[in-house]
Amino acid sequence: MAKEYETVIGLEVHVELATRTKIFCGCSTAFGGRPNSHTCPVCTGMPGTLPVLNRKVLEYAVSVGLATNCDITRYCKFDRKNYFYPDNPQNYQISQLYLPICRNGYVEIETAEGTKKVGIHEIHMEEDAGKLIHDEWEDCTLVDYNRSGVPLIEIVSESDMRSAEEVIAYLEKLRLIIQYLGASDCKLQEGSMRADVNLSVREAGAEQFGTRTEMKNLNSFRAIARAIEGERARQIDLLEEGKAVVQETRRWDDTKETSYAMRSKEDAQDYRYFPDPDLTPVSISDEYLEELKGRQPEFRTEKMARYKAEYDIPDYDIEIITGSKHMADLFEATVARGSQPKRVSNWLMGETLRLLKEKELDPEDIRFSPGNLAKLIAMTESKAINSTVAKEVFEVMFMEDMDPEQYVEEKGLKTVTDEGALRKTVEEVIAANPQSVEDYRNGKEKAIGFLVGQTMKAMRGKADPAGVNRMLKEMLK
Amino acid sequence: MANIISDETIEYVGILAKLELSGEEKEAAKKSMGEMLDYIDKLNELDTSGVEPMSHVFPVQNVFREDEVTNGDESGRTLQNAPSEKDNMFVVPKTFD
Amino acid sequence: MDKKQLLSLSATALGAAIKAGETTAVEAMEAVLEQIEARESTYHCYVTIERESALAKAAAVQGKIEAGELTGPLAGVPVAIKDNLCTEGVLTTCSSKILENFIPTFSSQAFLNLEKAGAVLVGKTNMDEFAMGSTTETSYYGVTRNPRNPEHVPGGSSGGSAAAVAAGECFFALGSDTGGSIRQPASYCGVVGMKPTYGTVSRYGLIAYGSSLDQIGPLTRTVEDCAAVLEVIASHDPKDSTSIKREDTDFTAALVKDVTGMRIGIPRDYFGEGLDPEVKEAVLRAAELLKENGAILEEFDLSLVEYAIPAYYTIAAAEASSNLERFDGIKYGYRAEHAEGLHQMYKKTRSQGFGPEVKRRIMLGSFVLSSGYYDAYYLKALRVKAMIKKAFDQAFERYDCILGPVAPTTAPKLGESLVDPMKMYLGDIDTISVNLAGLPGISVPCGTDSRGLPIGLQLIGDCFQEKKLIRAAYTYEQVSQDA
Repeated sequence: MAKEYETVIGLEVHVELATRTKIFCGCSTAFGGRPNSHTCPVCTGMPGTLPVLNRKVLEYAVSVGLATNCDITRYCKFDRKNYFYPDNPQNYQISQLYLPICRNGYVEIETAEGTKKVGIHEIHMEEDAGKLIHDEWEDCTLVDYNRSGVPLIEIVSESDMRSAEEVIAYLEKLRLIIQYLGASDCKLQEGSMRADVNLSVREAGAEQFGTRTEMKNLNSFRAIARAIEGERARQIDLLEEGKAVVQETRRWDDTKETSYAMRSKEDAQDYRYFPDPDLTPVSISDEYLEELKGRQPEFRTEKMARYKAEYDIPDYDIEIITGSKHMADLFEATVARGSQPKRVSNWLMGETLRLLKEKELDPEDIRFSPGNLAKLIAMTESKAINSTVAKEVFEVMFMEDMDPEQYVEEKGLKTVTDEGALRKTVEEVIAANPQSVEDYRNGKEKAIGFLVGQTMKAMRGKADPAGVNRMLKEMLK
Repeated sequence: MANIISDETIEYVGILAKLELSGEEKEAAKKSMGEMLDYIDKLNELDTSGVEPMSHVFPVQNVFREDEVTNGDESGRTLQNAPSEKDNMFVVPKTFD
Repeated sequence: MDKKQLLSLSATALGAAIKAGETTAVEAMEAVLEQIEARESTYHCYVTIERESALAKAAAVQGKIEAGELTGPLAGVPVAIKDNLCTEGVLTTCSSKILENFIPTFSSQAFLNLEKAGAVLVGKTNMDEFAMGSTTETSYYGVTRNPRNPEHVPGGSSGGSAAAVAAGECFFALGSDTGGSIRQPASYCGVVGMKPTYGTVSRYGLIAYGSSLDQIGPLTRTVEDCAAVLEVIASHDPKDSTSIKREDTDFTAALVKDVTGMRIGIPRDYFGEGLDPEVKEAVLRAAELLKENGAILEEFDLSLVEYAIPAYYTIAAAEASSNLERFDGIKYGYRAEHAEGLHQMYKKTRSQGFGPEVKRRIMLGSFVLSSGYYDAYYLKALRVKAMIKKAFDQAFERYDCILGPVAPTTAPKLGESLVDPMKMYLGDIDTISVNLAGLPGISVPCGTDSRGLPIGLQLIGDCFQEKKLIRAAYTYEQVSQDA
């Protein structure tokens, strides 16, 4: 009989913080820009340079710790992690080992069996590495330090998760908390949130954990789920064959759906951590903690309750809208500009979600502004444009965030409100379609729809279909 | 000499420090490291229980900079001393990933 | 003013003469360059000499002095800078092959402060490679000789700076002191050298050896110069997290010839075995002179002195092993050719680029930090450091300063020290604890031995008490000249 195995998973999640500047120097953290354009002597490891801590990094790290029920370390230090690699200009990374900023926290996730706590072992602050680009032409590697020194927090969970579903739920939860704090946009694809999976298997009921491996290079929830399944199967196969699992770091290749060990005899995995003498310790006062606690934003649960009380929109809409901080902000800002909550919600739940799905985008990628959405809603409400035109305009606005009023004006999409012109077209349609007129008069209500359609076509869509309907009925009386 | 430094240790430290020693240098390194460690072992004469390790002599703490961009595009300067560069990047031998 | 007369001036006297129009910054620089021309082939104080730009800069500074834009005491005065301090656009090698072509894109804050005060760079001085050594013999660019006797070393690691001041190849210099690297060469070359309290001078732009111990300081002909230079280079620097905001940096205010009532402790530990009798005699004679002028002397036991060296070498080597990781042939400096792959490139570059002493310390430092040894060696050393600091704290409850020798002997002959590194390390015994405890220390010439080699008197102060040291050192300098 086949044995049953339990999967034991812990996560190391790196999150790029949304600071304007790097963790130890005044270089911009903005994406893009030509290689090495966001660098200075400090973040490229020039001799003689020294790091100075960005105040905002500490603030974000403590805020995330507070929101994940952590103990905040009142006296924390930075340590150097020493290893040679070209993406790391000093050949040591400034991180925290001995006294990380946060410890002993947890978040709650919803699982099939109900609410579950996933423990957070620690959160520490550290610097990101540069980017290595393989040059096929000359078969060498090129180094760009634009990302070198971008601030990160690493959130290390306890080994509390047992399935890919729990892992995804945990990541979703972390992402929401961090997005709500504004501490990061947490985009997996772009690497502003990265998860390394520590996984082991053991026979169901066993006390001891099995030997774990660490899986890197997971760029999407899908990849994470697949990697977990793949690694679980690989380890079980090994055990079934009577072989041992080797403790190692493996790299997931999502296109091949397989992983391989990242090993080299030149890597000793002995990081020789010691307190960085160039940075002073950080001491956290009661006042500082109170201040940050006071500044914690409304999180999702509170927001959902408030929406329920304040806005007349369905629970399902509330669930989706608050599922993204960016979408919730957009919703509130549009409502604040006078749009009716239900109409705003309809645009978000309908066309917005449809386009996001079609274009494989994340709610965080929504680019149109609340002001423009409010204008569009106002135009449909005043019947300046009809709903078909509105959808067309919205699609363009979704991509380009242009001013819909100006766009409608320029493209001449306004509903024709000139009674005379409309009446003339309707008369022409009636004259050209005697059969339909006949049918309608004989009680075939449906025939009016065809006549409306013909009129709209003749008006090139720029009419209010309800008005056309009314006019037809009146004229065919 | 109390501290005998093995070939393996020298090899291992060489990997950590990215130093490649010749046979002669290795022997010299074994000898001098052993001597230094013997000497450092003198610290064990002292009872340091209850003494906090002191990494900073002065209790200076909470030194921060504000989150304001102060640096412009300095890529030209960044690459000025590069032994090898291409397309505004540093060139290194191929890394394995 | 003739060249000889000009070269005999102290830095502040030269500054005053320039201000008074008795000479010019250009004449001073010309005199220094002529002196270099005549003596450099013997002493080799410099790695780089700024022959062309120095005169142009001196002329520009002279213009500003005449326009009244530069009025400080060092305006127009030629300065030599140790080659581990970054100088924008000027080769900075740390006397290592691995930085043989490194031209920094920025200047160290200490040098910027000097430039702002109108001092003019003569060149970059030779040193022990990455400041690791006590003789300036580990330099990749050849040894520096002691101007007081060229068969002897100038001391180190700031040997080039001390020798340049002693040889008249500059009017003052900057050095760095991690375990005695300013005070000991000052003592060997017969000049004044000071290591300020940790955090007083910004370390930004100082190529680190042992970051928690390194401190930049002046090497000068007189105590007055020392105070004036320190006053200029001391500044709170937001680019250095360990830099300290101080209000009391008007060090020249302490140039007072009076030690009445000053309590001076003489640690018996500094006068024990291994101390050259001639050094001992000269230092005690200096102490007597201070006593005759009103100081109160008292012998005491500082304790823990013999533990300072092992603690120091553990901490300094550990920090150095990490600080020197950045020299990898990728971003700057030497890069080995014909390397197969990345790791070979690292290893070849570093093995060819670093000299034996540097490699020795990197290996030791990597070992004491490695898995399984961190607690036993590194943390143990940090605990001993805390105990040493406490011993000094207790001493400074009773004394205004502590007096002793700078080094157990006068300058050894060239080639004698490197044969036995352990012996060389032991020579740091009198200076090293000061760095561990972050204290200020000054070396003042107090005579010569029977061979004519200079002896240095060391005064150690409590942290932030440079003024007491300056006052005591100034008083000694003045009364010993009177005597």
